[in-house]
Amino acid sequence: MTMHRDAALKALIPHVREDDIVVAVYQSCFDWLALNPRDLNYVAVGAMGQASSHGLGLALANPDRRVIVLDGDGSLLMNLGTLVTIANAGVTNLYHFLSANRVYEVNGSHPLPGADRVDFAAMAWAAGYASVQRFTELDQFSAAVPQVLSSTGPQFVSMELTAGAPYPRDYAYIHSAQARASFREALNRR
Amino acid sequence: MVASPLPTECTPQVKHPSGAAIIAAIKAAGVGEIVALPDIVTSDGLLWPISRDPEFRLTRICKEDEGVSICGAMSYNGTRAILMMQQTGLMDSLNAIRAIGVDYELPVVMMVGLQGKEPHLHPDQSASYGVRIIRPVLDAMELSHSLIEWPGDEAHIPQAIEVAYATSRPHIFLVGRAPEAS
Repeated sequence: MTMHRDAALKALIPHVREDDIVVAVYQSCFDWLALNPRDLNYVAVGAMGQASSHGLGLALANPDRRVIVLDGDGSLLMNLGTLVTIANAGVTNLYHFLSANRVYEVNGSHPLPGADRVDFAAMAWAAGYASVQRFTELDQFSAAVPQVLSSTGPQFVSMELTAGAPYPRDYAYIHSAQARASFREALNRR
Repeated sequence: MVASPLPTECTPQVKHPSGAAIIAAIKAAGVGEIVALPDIVTSDGLLWPISRDPEFRLTRICKEDEGVSICGAMSYNGTRAILMMQQTGLMDSLNAIRAIGVDYELPVVMMVGLQGKEPHLHPDQSASYGVRIIRPVLDAMELSHSLIEWPGDEAHIPQAIEVAYATSRPHIFLVGRAPEAS
């Protein structure tokens, strides 16, 4: 049985603290915004592949907060060096969750190169993440989330999943000045 | 990598900027975060000294566009950073700079070594195509940039960084001659 992304994200929601930063990209972002709208959602990653690099910048500049990255597998393939950079940066507050659906979902659902064999968790492990895990079953993923988020980062979790409910793709919002301003205001509120 | 032209007897001798003065100017602007890929123009005079300076945190990256994102994200709480790289990496990062620096209006400050530029020539007059096109490309993208070539050019660094953060816009320092370490 394969996880659906919205079910996996719903399992994550109860464990996200109010002061956590969540960096999400593409369909994971659209799903997350629908399921858990909050001011500390960071949605303006700009260029494909860059979500985890934004997450690293936020983790370095905000060491008292957890930074949760909801990455895509096609996105990660565009920026594989980020795994090494993050592992080498000394951040302990970064939690990298990968939606591994093996397709470029928002670009027509074409398959990733190596879609049937790429092992993202192995890549993160080889790069030097503190711990990596790979889940194909929702119940096992749900049970593991509290332990992942209470462990010292950087942590990497590959969620082997398929698309769930079709949440709207609001590109205008994620690229909007309003989204960036809301995040900035929330980040600097305290 | 672009080969640097070998100097000949006819090559005019020119003075170089001070690496120590550049570093002091960066500190004066409140920058404590350096995000970098090595560049041979700035290696000895800037990046090696910065790597040993406890007043900086150096984050080494694998590809330059990572640095655009890291610096942009840091800026949300006012953390000041400089991305150091070679002009080839700048060219490789143009889409990230377009999106994160320009479209998102974030103060991504970059210091770029013009590898392959003849020290005695202005970048626009370089025999190197890769160097010669840099300023026109930045102008086409409406990106703020300035040149660090001569001793004394370091003086404008703090103000340029202040403006970048005050206006929330990118700025690119182009380093046309290898800074002296002292």
